[in-house]
Amino acid sequence: MTLEALNYVTAWPEIFLLAMACLVLVVDVFISDAKRDFSYFLSQLTLIGTFVLVMTVPVDGREIAFNGMFVQDSLSIVLKLFILALSFVTFVYSREYLKDRNIFKGEYYVLGLFAVLGMMLMVSANNLLMIYLGLELLSLCLYAMVAFNRDNGNASEAAMKYFVLGAIASGMLLYGMSILYGLSGSLMLSDIAVAITQADDSRIGMVFALVFILVALAFKLGAVPFHMWVPDVYQGSPTAVTVFIGTAPKLAGFAMIMRLLVEAMGELHTDWQQMLIILSILSMATGNIIAIAQTNIKRMLAYSTISHVGFILLGILVGTNEAYASAMFYTITYALMSLGAFGIIMLLARKGFEAENIDDFKGLNQRSPWFAFLMMVLMLSMAGVPPTVGFWAKLAVLNMVVQIDMVWLALVAVFFSIIGVFYYLRVIKVMYFDDVVDDQPLSCGRDIQITLSTNALLVLALGLYPAGLMSLCISVFA
Amino acid sequence: MTFIDFNFYLFATLLIVAALGVITARNPVHSALSLVLAFFACSALWILLEAEFLAIVLVLVYVGAVMVLFLFVVMMLDINIEQMRKGFVRYLPIGALIALILAAQMIWVVGPVGPDVLADDSLQQAVRHDADYSNTKELGRILYTQYVLPFEIASVILLVAIVAAISLTLRRRPKTKYQTPGKQIKVKRNDRLRIVKMDAEAKE
Repeated sequence: MTLEALNYVTAWPEIFLLAMACLVLVVDVFISDAKRDFSYFLSQLTLIGTFVLVMTVPVDGREIAFNGMFVQDSLSIVLKLFILALSFVTFVYSREYLKDRNIFKGEYYVLGLFAVLGMMLMVSANNLLMIYLGLELLSLCLYAMVAFNRDNGNASEAAMKYFVLGAIASGMLLYGMSILYGLSGSLMLSDIAVAITQADDSRIGMVFALVFILVALAFKLGAVPFHMWVPDVYQGSPTAVTVFIGTAPKLAGFAMIMRLLVEAMGELHTDWQQMLIILSILSMATGNIIAIAQTNIKRMLAYSTISHVGFILLGILVGTNEAYASAMFYTITYALMSLGAFGIIMLLARKGFEAENIDDFKGLNQRSPWFAFLMMVLMLSMAGVPPTVGFWAKLAVLNMVVQIDMVWLALVAVFFSIIGVFYYLRVIKVMYFDDVVDDQPLSCGRDIQITLSTNALLVLALGLYPAGLMSLCISVFA
Repeated sequence: MTFIDFNFYLFATLLIVAALGVITARNPVHSALSLVLAFFACSALWILLEAEFLAIVLVLVYVGAVMVLFLFVVMMLDINIEQMRKGFVRYLPIGALIALILAAQMIWVVGPVGPDVLADDSLQQAVRHDADYSNTKELGRILYTQYVLPFEIASVILLVAIVAAISLTLRRRPKTKYQTPGKQIKVKRNDRLRIVKMDAEAKE
């Protein structure tokens, strides 16, 4: 075997990212706390460099590397670009927050970069082994990042819950994968797909494996009834970590579903469709109804995540290429909205104060009309009100559901979305119609202000011109 | 029964007994030692399967390094196992019930195809190799060619584990008193000693 046969050029962005992450790790050891900003800039440079490399990676159609372990196709490239961009913005938002809490350390960025590497590998996985390793790389970084503020009891509790439940989910995934391997005799996704089409008596065994894999996927995405970790982890971890968990990993999770359910087990569509219908309805119901009762905004957004995951699953379960595109559109726009919402929460937080409760948003309009407006755009988008992008995302998914004659399912989704509008509107009401309780001026760097404004305005702009992103998503699955 | 079969049953029984010992022994040190025995029995089984390299690595890494570390931890941390086992009896019935239901469901689903799958011709007897066949070489070849990417990523995961463990536990204690030889050497007389001029006083 020659080095050319590995085709490692295709994985050039990942190799660069890994090397740079190791560099940041080493450099960070040698600089003093006062110069910690250097690690931050180096990490951001790494993300930009990787972004450029992903853009320039030579790919025509579908490129396989490392003996079939790694695949570079349009799905992986688009998702990688978004993962890198989301992580970049996350790092921008979190710098001041971390500094105020004395947890501005190089490890945050090192672990963050390794998590991005894990996500990129998950997105490009063409083998069960790579899916598992990418997922573990991502999860391990996230567990450590949740516990990052180690003097905080809530953060430690959240990390412990996340770790234990995540380990169980990984166990489930491995169990399912081992059954699949036993029945098909291969770890390659394409071989498994072939084995499933040829399976007659072992089909029930394949479905058996599917159940375990689906449970693990639901765990990782936070779909009901495997959602118990989501609110605690979102609330317990430092907001700088919550925003990281709540954005880019959702794209990686979407890619994992695409690779496992569609590429490898697309033949079992009728089986996983039924399971996803149950997961999706339960997620939308639980997420939207329980979110109403929350007073903590991070917890509220956690339940909102659960309901959005229900919607994403709705797009996937339809099972056509157009529907996968709509689910991808939904995932990307959701990550964008969630990024902005957590960005605003971090903006309101300051040294010794966490803007965690909905009451902390009281009278935000009087303190800063601009950021109140941005938050309103984000909340309206999450609720799915036009002209924001959230409306188009919901519409695209519902349209696909109606096209396969599941009108009842679309009605259920609309019903729960309408319930969900209540708690998003409550945040807007609190911002605009309640009196100011906390009149400390908002202070944050120009970089955060500009990024946050761009982020929220992008949600609005995509709502006015959704065609570009939509056609990009459709072209991925064409 | 051939000699190999005899060995298999001997070590398999030993493995099961040792594994039961791990979870039933009251003393954590006994549990750890049972685990060592289980590893030994397991490595013997692997040698029967012609996986010599893995068997040796199991003994070297797990018995030689991991378990010794484990024993250190058990002895140094003095974990109160009784406390941890308190809920065991209380939760045993419900746990056992759920396990039973799960097992019953799985058997119900897979049961009918189980024997067919086992009787499948595709599950052939593994090829036996001669004594001069190098297991290590073959493993190395496949690890650095076909599986090079997963192999590297596994090492990255270990690196992340190290970074995570250190960042979560390393503390610089501000109250700890320690000496800095460099500073001690640089000390001048004037830093420590103050000469106070006093007039001589008469004894009262």
